[in-house]
Amino acid sequence: MPSTPPSTIQRRITSVEMCDIVKRFPGVLANDRVCFDVRAGEVHALLGENGAGKSTLMRQLYGMYQPDAGEILIDGQRVEFHSPADAIRSGIGMIHQHFMLVPTLTVAENIALGLPSSRGPVLDLDKVSARVQELSAAYRLKVESDAYVWQLSVGEQQRVEILKALYRGASFIILDEPTAVLTPQEVDDLFATLKHMVSEGHGLVFISHKLNEVMAISDRVTVLRDGCMAGTIPGREATRDILVSMMVGREVKPLAPQPLQAGAARLKIEGLRAQGDRGTEALRGVDIEVHAGEIVGLAGVSGNGQRELAQCLAGLRKVTTGTITIDGKDLTHTELKAHIEAGLAYVPEERMRDGAIRDFSVEENVFLHDHAAPAYTHAGIFLDFRKMAAHATDLVKQFSVKTPSLDTPIKNLSGGNIQKLILARELSRKPKILIAAQPTRGVDIGASEYIHQRLLEQRATGTAILLISEDLDEIRSLSDRIAVIYEGHIIGIVQRGEATVEEIGLMMAGVSATHG
Amino acid sequence: MSEIFSVTVLVGILASAIRLATPYLYAAIGESFAQTSGVVNLGVEGIMLVGAFAGFYVALFTGNLWLGLLAAVIAGILMGLLMSFISVTLRAEQGISGIGLFMFGLGLSSLLFKTTIGTVKTIVGFPPLKIPVLGDIPIPLAWWLLDKTTLGLKTKAVGQNPAAADSLGVSVLRNRYFNVCLGAALAGVAGASLSLSLVNLFQENLTAGMGFIAVALVYFGGWRPLGILAGALLFSTVNAIQLWVQVLGIGIPADIAVMLPYLLTIVALAVTANRARQPAALNKPFERGEN
Repeated sequence: MPSTPPSTIQRRITSVEMCDIVKRFPGVLANDRVCFDVRAGEVHALLGENGAGKSTLMRQLYGMYQPDAGEILIDGQRVEFHSPADAIRSGIGMIHQHFMLVPTLTVAENIALGLPSSRGPVLDLDKVSARVQELSAAYRLKVESDAYVWQLSVGEQQRVEILKALYRGASFIILDEPTAVLTPQEVDDLFATLKHMVSEGHGLVFISHKLNEVMAISDRVTVLRDGCMAGTIPGREATRDILVSMMVGREVKPLAPQPLQAGAARLKIEGLRAQGDRGTEALRGVDIEVHAGEIVGLAGVSGNGQRELAQCLAGLRKVTTGTITIDGKDLTHTELKAHIEAGLAYVPEERMRDGAIRDFSVEENVFLHDHAAPAYTHAGIFLDFRKMAAHATDLVKQFSVKTPSLDTPIKNLSGGNIQKLILARELSRKPKILIAAQPTRGVDIGASEYIHQRLLEQRATGTAILLISEDLDEIRSLSDRIAVIYEGHIIGIVQRGEATVEEIGLMMAGVSATHG
Repeated sequence: MSEIFSVTVLVGILASAIRLATPYLYAAIGESFAQTSGVVNLGVEGIMLVGAFAGFYVALFTGNLWLGLLAAVIAGILMGLLMSFISVTLRAEQGISGIGLFMFGLGLSSLLFKTTIGTVKTIVGFPPLKIPVLGDIPIPLAWWLLDKTTLGLKTKAVGQNPAAADSLGVSVLRNRYFNVCLGAALAGVAGASLSLSLVNLFQENLTAGMGFIAVALVYFGGWRPLGILAGALLFSTVNAIQLWVQVLGIGIPADIAVMLPYLLTIVALAVTANRARQPAALNKPFERGEN
């Protein structure tokens, strides 16, 4: 291995061009004659809804897929990548949305993985560590090279991913939804790092569906819609309205919630404590009240107890101490069924794990709760398929779920349509209380808009809604009050419009605000 | 009862234990490579049988034990290629493919034995003392390979998060083929250690479940070479005790004594069931872009 040059970039690229890229998957045209180019020293954002073909396009640049038609040029030279190894050799790196790290290995081992060692077959982790320290100093990316990856925070893991690409001498780096898992402050740090990288001559592709981030960091923005180019515009000309209409293909109306008409407290949570999956205490005394006709947004960085709280409320997790009351009825230690009967509906965070059964049909998934209800059975024993089909057809129509048929396995639907169906199922039971956990994560703008509208309608009918979300925009546009959870307790509650993003961001990072 | 505690008997038990540990050790270390890369190979038993036969056949007709050992290794690798093709390339369910491989190995070795040798014959095998020395080699070697080399790092990564390894240009396919075949080669050696050293003969179903115990030992040892060594010694000691119990005719029915190692397998696995170190992608075929 040659001694590393002072600059981290081993092979400088000045431009990458992708021309007329076509990529098909069975039944889907993922990219339809897409053109995209990046130059050294710029951030080029790739914007689009989920399923618009952004990741697919970039995975072709990174050699994970091969295009069916079209060509890729690096500095004007045609290249063909058969695997990521080819792309890495050409100076291209990629930070994946789901981190590509091995949790049981150390930072240095993760970085050295797949690279030749200076000692032939024997690892040279000491040299790797030294080089990692140099890089982390040069790019202000602080990590411990002998820590195990499972010990690191999400922000630290992302730094390891960036270092991995830099260590391989990447000149151009693709970042696939890099901010999805970060706090607002961590996003600021990341953006500072990205700007530093650009000033060093790196070219960056920033894949995102978050408009404000795209506007904040990009020199140019390319929008994809349904696998096709919707256009490329300079970053300084990008406004929210322009970008949204490019993404959706039409204008999207902003939400206009009715004024709050909160009634009596329906859901009361007092001093709630519960253990997490690993036996540590995940909830350390949570107090929240949700009133009829009110949406309370629960903001927080993932892993601060949101999941456990939702599970306790749904009756899926044992409560250690504290109480949960629904309409004055104590439901702290009761079974799931009692919660459902008390009028609680639950839209779980992991819709494919907890909200639906992958291989069941759309219709079967509608009846996960109510298959034994008298209305849909003969004598309470035999399923009444006619009535079931009628009800399912009804819901699919009402909630405009796009599905080929009622018999289609739910796994074949898009994320947005699955979520609409789950919401339809839960709302059709006319709940008094709705727990909606990450209701629009991974859902396209059109469906998100629809789901938000439905939540507001539900609020108007007097349902008490607890909205758990990591998307601050969503929380801020829907909630009457915002509660921030940090390390298992509520660090502060603010009224709508009372706190800025920065203040909420600080609370999410554990800094108690004056409002709290 | 007292004669079992006499010095001669205890030394005897210990010596047989170390000798008997050899096949377990080779087979289990081999299996641990396959599993570390994410492939459960339940066909170890079948590979051992084919290795034992191939080694014995070649040694019997050439008179050269080393040629026999080489034949066992080659037979093992061929079986490993078959297993990799089915479970890695075709992405078949690993447990079922492994059972299939076991039955194939059992049938093939019996058939070839009947058509070529026919009756039980014995040979002069490797002197037993040679094996313990040889038996010590795979442990440090396996540890060194897994923890100190780029190959070991790739193997662990492929078994824990194949998508991550793939994204860095490590070929998951090639790595799994290599580790399954390495494991199968060692299973072949394990088989040959029976037919060329421990019992010096071949008969139908010679291994009688040792290959399955070897798979259990990998779980028992927590996928670490030293843990596997400890497990192999424990099982071979129990095996040795049951042999001596039969020889000495102590008042325990032979059937019960023979049952001991198998009973211990169940107990040990129930007690040590610690899946914390299990390779996260164990038993999961890899396909790019599925996440």
